[in-house]
Amino acid sequence: MDLHFGDGKPTDQERAAVDALLGPASSPWEGADDRSETDLRWARGGRDARERRDQLLPGLHAINDRVGWISEGALDYLCRRLTIPPADAYGVATFYAMFAVAPRPARVVHVCTDLACAVRGSAALCADLEERLGAAGATEGDVTWQQSPCLGLCERAPAALVLQAGEPASAAGRAPSPLHSGPRKAAAEVVRRRTSAVVAPATAGTVASAATAPEAAPGEPPAAMAVPQAGRPDLTLLKRVGVVDPASLDDYRAHGGYAALRRAFGIGPAEVIREVTEAGLLGRGGAAFPTGRKWQATASQPDHPHYLVCNADESEPGTFKDRVVMEGDPYALVESMTIAGYAVGAHQGYLYIRGEYPRAVARLEHAIAQARSRGFLGENVLGHGYAFDIELRRGAGAYICGEETALFNSIEGYRGEPRSKPPFPVEKGLFGKPTAANNVETLINVLPVLTMGAEAYAAVGTGTSTGPKLFCVSGSVRRPGVYELPFGAALDELLELAGRPESIRAVLLGGAAGGFVRPDETDIPLTFEGTRAAGTTLGSGVVLVIDDSVELPRILLRIAEFFRDESCGQCVPCRIGTVRQEEALHRILDRRGAEAADDVALLREVGSAMKDASICGLGQTAWNAVESAIDRLGVYAAADPERSTT
Amino acid sequence: MTAVPLQPPRRLIEFTLDGRETRVPEGSTILDACRAAGKDVPTLCEGDTLTPKNACRVCVVEVAGARTLAPACSRRAEAGMDVRTDTRRARHSRKIVLELLASSTDLSTTPRAAEWIKEYQAEPGRFGAGAARLNEAPKIDNDLYVRDYDKCIQCYKCVDACGEQWQNSFAISVAGRGFDARISTEHDAPLTDSACVFCGNCIEVCPTGALSFKSEFDMRDAGTWNESAQTETTTVCAYCGVGCNLTLHVQENEIVKVTSPHDNPVTHGNLCIKGRFGFQHVQQH
Repeated sequence: MDLHFGDGKPTDQERAAVDALLGPASSPWEGADDRSETDLRWARGGRDARERRDQLLPGLHAINDRVGWISEGALDYLCRRLTIPPADAYGVATFYAMFAVAPRPARVVHVCTDLACAVRGSAALCADLEERLGAAGATEGDVTWQQSPCLGLCERAPAALVLQAGEPASAAGRAPSPLHSGPRKAAAEVVRRRTSAVVAPATAGTVASAATAPEAAPGEPPAAMAVPQAGRPDLTLLKRVGVVDPASLDDYRAHGGYAALRRAFGIGPAEVIREVTEAGLLGRGGAAFPTGRKWQATASQPDHPHYLVCNADESEPGTFKDRVVMEGDPYALVESMTIAGYAVGAHQGYLYIRGEYPRAVARLEHAIAQARSRGFLGENVLGHGYAFDIELRRGAGAYICGEETALFNSIEGYRGEPRSKPPFPVEKGLFGKPTAANNVETLINVLPVLTMGAEAYAAVGTGTSTGPKLFCVSGSVRRPGVYELPFGAALDELLELAGRPESIRAVLLGGAAGGFVRPDETDIPLTFEGTRAAGTTLGSGVVLVIDDSVELPRILLRIAEFFRDESCGQCVPCRIGTVRQEEALHRILDRRGAEAADDVALLREVGSAMKDASICGLGQTAWNAVESAIDRLGVYAAADPERSTT
Repeated sequence: MTAVPLQPPRRLIEFTLDGRETRVPEGSTILDACRAAGKDVPTLCEGDTLTPKNACRVCVVEVAGARTLAPACSRRAEAGMDVRTDTRRARHSRKIVLELLASSTDLSTTPRAAEWIKEYQAEPGRFGAGAARLNEAPKIDNDLYVRDYDKCIQCYKCVDACGEQWQNSFAISVAGRGFDARISTEHDAPLTDSACVFCGNCIEVCPTGALSFKSEFDMRDAGTWNESAQTETTTVCAYCGVGCNLTLHVQENEIVKVTSPHDNPVTHGNLCIKGRFGFQHVQQH
């Protein structure tokens, strides 16, 4: 590798931010200011430095968190420290929405304009903000604001997130975990204590004042406020949310915590996998793949090491269940990851969590540190001789990184572009090694599987969709929030719980990648097979209720915008197809019937090619919701009673 | 005669290609098998000396039992597979992909693009006059080559050739995301300020003419570029002792560009700045 660096120099602040993450430069070779001629004749770093490539994303975060944007000098310094070509790192930095490579104010307000917030008036909020803070993207004093994809605060829509760059309150980095002594040795990500504020529900006034003084913004309501059923005795997955102190390991243990891990150690990894398989646990991230089979396939790979990845990059518009669980019951996730790691033979777990969840990040950082200091993570978990640790990785604003192979690329320090499958992650996943990747909700289901036993767990729900399921209900309902129901409950039952509005225009199931159902179809059973039979999907559990006040074509346009924004751009059907889809929906925004027919036909043709020929699920599903709106809701059909849907 | 290094023997696997039992060496892609069987599956981003990124999706084929279509260029043939290359679904996706590409990019210098657009009856114009396209002016920041990203389909071949697969210079990467993604140097600096060593290997692999010799670009601009009047002569580079093969493209007794045979086992089409661009001294009058 023949690297060429520019002449840019980091400012002291930028250098400090990088050094706080990576430690001081071990030699002038890595970019110290006082490099001599001799230094340039002597190569250091080499393979060791290159193997720290996975520190690129944390490094970009460190700079962006401290300064608010990533300058040429800062990027150059980070590249020298990690032996990464600057063009490569620039490609990575420009991939993520939360990073900027041009100067911008230290304070950035992200205002969610996605589905649930759109239903709850984000357009009016943006218009008000424009008067108070100027146009989106413009700098007013020390603040800029921008529209943002779903912030995962749908139960409190409309939502805004204020991020302020600056010095961390405590400059001391977290000590590297003892297990990080292999090639992936890395200083753990510095705990950020810069100010951020979540404003939800937001008004122009509360957003503007939080933008001026985020430190003075009122705190968020407890996570349990998002769980209308909190405290009910029949809850399984949510039973501790609002009951335990999310900061206390002892409180977690007092509420049944770590019983499942003890049982796992008692029966051994093979039996854990057998229980999970017999329990019929299906992945809750959207794909509904049998978890036991995934674990078995990973565990049986001869190649080592094995990795466990928890996918907490919950970015599907309308989805917020993982956030509520992570904020309200963080130790449950730590324990589940430990069990999963034990089952698949991994000694290192990565928790990839979206960057827009500051409170969940903080709670999990704390929980992991506590678990480590108390022997629930580390060289010898609970004295059973099993070594396991968890590294938390923050995403930086890219929906596509929820795709498992894109997530691996993101952790490894590459652009979050999906890889072609095969090979599948169980064979070649993170760092090219066998990897089990599971969603947060999937993992926490392992706790009841082990404490109840496979048989009792499988008795909950239906024959093929077993166990409890979390649903994220938002939009025009009286009590939006995360609901837990056993699989098999009808959509009606969920709507009753959440407070059905007087008139429903449509319900979006499964999020932007999901599909719409009509108000006369709300007897659909909420199971994987039931929704499939009805020609829709459960996806990640989104139930977005749209009442008559909402115009569907505008919601469809927002969905199209979302996919166009979030396409990674790697393959042609998705990169250009999502643009053509948005253009066509723009054209027919106010047209119906024959006037819209040509564009509807065009949408169908482009949509089917996106579905068939895209590399990953993003492109493959980008047309689902629009298609279902056309076919099931007749959204562009002529207004006459004899509705034509083509 | 070109020496071909022998590889260890490979097992043959059997699968069905368009209803016909086919045997190919293990590790072959579906595209390899198609070519061996004399089938013409279109592809833009596949390269004979690079690992395909399967980004263009023109070569998609239908594999029985699969939910989606598979890229023939990178999906390996597996025993028992049932592959159809010319189904309605596959043809439809190819047609749409060609329409999407041609509506957003200038494919005028992409070999065979026009032919395929005709074959698949693609109508790039139907997205309307307002359809978003790149619309970028060519980047001319040095005397050796021009980057005309209006013609770029973002196949990643130049990035791979500049990076770990060939040159190890890492001067360019894909920056940005989605429709705004572009091949770029760091902070979009001119090539002359980047890590570029001007080997021109990116031009060698570019499938669309988005990267071209300045000489070719200027001649096209002046309307004097005439490929049918060019002769190609493969010779040995005289600059050093490695012995790379050069193919001189000559029009009206002037060398207009230099390529290198990809089947050469030493260079696989790679050259250095001297072999690729140092031809003016031959034609000093």
